Amino acid sequence: MFNILDIAGSAMNAQMLRLNTTASNMANADAVASSENEAYRAKQPVFSTVLKGLNSAGVAVSGVTESTAPVARRYEPGNPQADGEGYVYVSNVNEVEEMANMISASRSFQNSAEVFNTSKDLMMRTLQLGK
Amino acid sequence: MPINFDTALGVHEQALYSRARRAEVLGSNIANVDTPGYKARDIDFREALGKAQQNRSISLANTQSGHISAADNQRHIEAGVKYRNPYQPSQDGNTVELHIEQAQFADNAIRYQSTLTFLGSKFSGLKNAITGGR
Repeated sequence: MFNILDIAGSAMNAQMLRLNTTASNMANADAVASSENEAYRAKQPVFSTVLKGLNSAGVAVSGVTESTAPVARRYEPGNPQADGEGYVYVSNVNEVEEMANMISASRSFQNSAEVFNTSKDLMMRTLQLGK
Repeated sequence: MPINFDTALGVHEQALYSRARRAEVLGSNIANVDTPGYKARDIDFREALGKAQQNRSISLANTQSGHISAADNQRHIEAGVKYRNPYQPSQDGNTVELHIEQAQFADNAIRYQSTLTFLGSKFSGLKNAITGGR
């Protein structure tokens, strides 16, 4: 039964990391760079299953990938970040996608928190058994 | 009549154990709702409890050191684990359907609590017998 607290905890941990990457993506949505390589690329965590027992499986973040979407080039000769030709390179963050991602992560986090609470209540009641 | 916990508590002890196992499996499903390729699982409770009980009534004697204990009912409960058939599998191979898992988890929690209540009454019955109703 104690396993389940571990499982719910690992899921909350993974969702929290997803929220963190979403937050940095949103924060850097308008960041510009002076070359294509330096431009900010949207980050996304990759989840994988970790066995915590014979039948119980937690979640781990096996890595963070960067989006391969093309980086847009914008003509802003007045920008101090502009390259020799007057172009700046904008991040490839899709804000709509990130908002949806954020809501999905927070809902999944809430679900795991609910599992955690219910299991904790059941355990407390088990401890009270026979009193 | 000697007071024996196995006979006094009846099926509820195994039921509580099976419910706790099922809560872990369902909790794993909810935890892995966003993991690509994860296949949702569940415990067939009737089968798991049946096996746990069957295991109790038929016991094998360990006459040699190499014999494996038949009383290891954990392995039988593990055998009741099955993959869920998804109504709408997703493109990334994940078969967790959150609403189903949530409903099953809540159902399991309530049944766990009722088993706890049964066990509690068994204990208060035993206490009553020991103290003679005083």
